Amino acid sequence: MKKIESVLIKIKIQKNDFDVSKETKQLNINQPGAIVNFIGIVRGLDDKTNEKIYSMTLEHYPGMTETEIETIIYDASKRWKISAVTVIHRIGKLFSSDQIVFVGVASKHRQNAFNACNYIMDWLKTKAPFWKIEESSKEKKWVKFNASDNDAIKKWTEIK
Amino acid sequence: MIIKYFSWIREHVGKSEEEINLPESVITIDDLINYLISENDVYKIAFLKRDLIKIAVNKSYSSTSTKINNKDEIAFFPPVTGG
Repeated sequence: MKKIESVLIKIKIQKNDFDVSKETKQLNINQPGAIVNFIGIVRGLDDKTNEKIYSMTLEHYPGMTETEIETIIYDASKRWKISAVTVIHRIGKLFSSDQIVFVGVASKHRQNAFNACNYIMDWLKTKAPFWKIEESSKEKKWVKFNASDNDAIKKWTEIK
Repeated sequence: MIIKYFSWIREHVGKSEEEINLPESVITIDDLINYLISENDVYKIAFLKRDLIKIAVNKSYSSTSTKINNKDEIAFFPPVTGG
């Protein structure tokens, strides 16, 4: 884990799966009082067409991804008092029900942990350079940017 | 200069990375896109949705008016879809 200001940070971009319980234990240092985890899971059905998704393959921009995520965590630490953050994002080929992303935030109090976790995830969706290609029985297609993700970050830019 | 392409832009261009020698006339990202399009039709297709495409200079978000030089690493990619 690396330390930025007073926040312990772990960022991993990996093909392998992650163990939520192991990651949570790692965040449980310096008596945090609260840990909030978010786990993103691969959907088996297309949200709009309800079509079955066979697999999903993710690519990213090595170097830029880590920097972007680090900046997001740094910004979150300026808004809320947090003690440790872990972000793990998987790449490569994933299937329905696979874990895809982990965001864990430790803090003395739960509201800070909830808010920071939500904030980091919202910004990751709009800034971290990852791209998904979905494979159904019919076709392979690049996932389009979801406009609702832009709406999600509005709450952080409007409320100070 | 190194140029990187991701996602469907990479598929249109047909490569994930290339090295070019920046002509003197190219000053901004906008100039670079125009130059690439003038060089080969594959870029014309890749940059068809030009307003949609995101740009990074040395791994940090930039705009079409950003000034560039031969030592920079440029990346072109669609809006991100991680998480």
